[in-house]
Amino acid sequence: MKKSEQRNYGERPSIFSVVPAELTNAIEGQKKSFAAQRHQAFRELRLQRVTRSFGNTIALNGLDLTIRSGEFIALLGPSGCGKSTALNCLAGLLPLTEGSISLDQQRIDQLPPERRGFGMVFQNYALFPHMTVRRNVGFGLLMRGIPRKEIRRRVDAALELVQLQAHAHKLPGRLSGGQQQRVAIARAIVIEPPVILMDEPLSNLDAKLRLEMRAEIKRIHRDLQRTTIYVTHDQDEALSLADRIVVLNDGRTLQIGSPEEIYAKPVSLQVARFMGYRNIFELTLERVEGDRAFLEGSGIQMEGVAQEGLSSRRAVIAVRPDDIVVDASANNVMDAATRNVILGQAEIVEYGGRDYLVDVSTESGLLFHARTPRRVAAGERLRLTIPTERVLVFSPE
Amino acid sequence: MTARTSLGPEAKLVDRTVLLVVPGVCLVLMLFLYPFLYGLALSFTGHEGFGLGNYARFFSTPFQSQTIATTLWISLPATLVNVGLALPIAFVTRQHRLQRILTTILVVPMTLGTVLIAEGLLIYLGPQGWLNRFLLITHLAASPVHLTHNYWGVFLSLVVSGFPFAYLLLLSYLTGIDPALPQAAATLGASAWRQFIHIYLPLLIPGLAIVFCLSFVQAFSVFPSAVLLGTPAGPTRVISIAAYQAAFEDYDYPMASAIAIIMAGAQLLVVMLVLTSRVLFYRGPSGGAKG
Repeated sequence: MKKSEQRNYGERPSIFSVVPAELTNAIEGQKKSFAAQRHQAFRELRLQRVTRSFGNTIALNGLDLTIRSGEFIALLGPSGCGKSTALNCLAGLLPLTEGSISLDQQRIDQLPPERRGFGMVFQNYALFPHMTVRRNVGFGLLMRGIPRKEIRRRVDAALELVQLQAHAHKLPGRLSGGQQQRVAIARAIVIEPPVILMDEPLSNLDAKLRLEMRAEIKRIHRDLQRTTIYVTHDQDEALSLADRIVVLNDGRTLQIGSPEEIYAKPVSLQVARFMGYRNIFELTLERVEGDRAFLEGSGIQMEGVAQEGLSSRRAVIAVRPDDIVVDASANNVMDAATRNVILGQAEIVEYGGRDYLVDVSTESGLLFHARTPRRVAAGERLRLTIPTERVLVFSPE
Repeated sequence: MTARTSLGPEAKLVDRTVLLVVPGVCLVLMLFLYPFLYGLALSFTGHEGFGLGNYARFFSTPFQSQTIATTLWISLPATLVNVGLALPIAFVTRQHRLQRILTTILVVPMTLGTVLIAEGLLIYLGPQGWLNRFLLITHLAASPVHLTHNYWGVFLSLVVSGFPFAYLLLLSYLTGIDPALPQAAATLGASAWRQFIHIYLPLLIPGLAIVFCLSFVQAFSVFPSAVLLGTPAGPTRVISIAAYQAAFEDYDYPMASAIAIIMAGAQLLVVMLVLTSRVLFYRGPSGGAKG
């Protein structure tokens, strides 16, 4: 307990105080000193069987996760999957029902939030409406009993980092959504927390601002190298920001892996569905040869990559819309009998700027979703080709 | 109004909808403004003709003028105690699962009315009441404590009837504060006490001012309990008793009106003082600025 207090509140030299005054580019100095801090902070944050129930419902069920210092972790899942619960447990705002959280060898799950010293960015920002931007950002430093002059210097540096110096004297109510977001981030990082927690920080912003702030968060993480745990329901956000993604559903961990792994090799149909594998059809499993599975049914024949646990006579294929190659149908009789080729008719065509999203129905009544740069008209006869390695074959749920 | 109707079709339309408020305005004028103005005019009439005679008489008779101090001396401490008790109790019970039961219990005295409370307290706090019997049996007091027919009787009845009001109002102000704000303060290192000082209290100031004003106005116009539980001829001769006596014992309606106006003025003065001091504090919304 004492050790962690020292870690969070000790009088160690501030990262901002080591910036030499004569350094012309102050921001460069901050970046360096922030980065220099990271190895002193901690080695790993370990979550063991972290469980939280509300009455009879289990919101989070046995989350096991070891986070390395400096890592960017995204907790991804639909609403109600337990991701925000996990974050609140980490922050200390919710006590655990079971399990433990430790920072290196130190158990921290019994500590109240004010003793953990994790920085948190709330979904609605939770800026103190009666304090100016400057006082909001300086609040955590004030609570740590840091001298006023130093608070001023560090708040200035943090405001510069999020480019809000000009708004320091405004009340949060006078700021735009994106500016409020940046105040919330500055307020969380200025206390130099070992871990930064972000609870869907971009969900209240419009599409354009969301992309800008996403890049901003990425930049701040790159510059400061602070361990960040980021909760989101948006797969694009998770893929673009995170070093590792934890996919959650109904409180259970479905998969933990790098964005590439999660995107290309979802371990289950559930994850596949969540990662945008929109074409999911149950077919008859003919045979499995090595990692290849051969299927048939509803007038199509498919060959795909067999996933673990294929046993029964039925199996499910999962294909992403952008992995389907769309051509005009040449009315070739051979096509209908070729594996991984599907003939159909364009039903609905949505223009997406860079490409078209086409719903293609087959004669047997299957509806495929495909993305193509090719200009397609509704009612057009089409031939869909799916590369074998892009067809994932799962056992039915 | 007739001149404006000739301005054109658009102006006519506006004027016609404005007509809809006429019945309401008439009602307000008849029920509130007319009696007030009538009383105000009445207060300037008297034996010596139209003028400030009644006011001069009130302020030159210590027996009358000291009722202002008497009333303030009862109502200000009672209001401070009510609001001062309501704040911590509302704060502690706001998330408690027994809060609904407590709220129900506290609402009861409000529905009973001041006379019934006064009667109840008269028996409970009286020389033969439960409280004194308990004190005597447990030897906490050698002789019965006098809590009725004096200052304390009135004071206690104002607390019993005024506290629930202050509590319920403050509870609603408290629950209006976004719970993410104190949580955010906690993650930034603020203990429960400092969350209260830095987050809850500043956001509650506007609410506290309103609760104080409403509680004060209620306490300042105390009448039944001052008569029943106090000594209406002596230390608890509050200003409303003076007005009552002028009107229904002396049949001096102009004087009674003058006292009523003075009473309103005194209340207004305190309310204005409290409300203007709010300017020194933050008065915006207590939620997170924008959703």
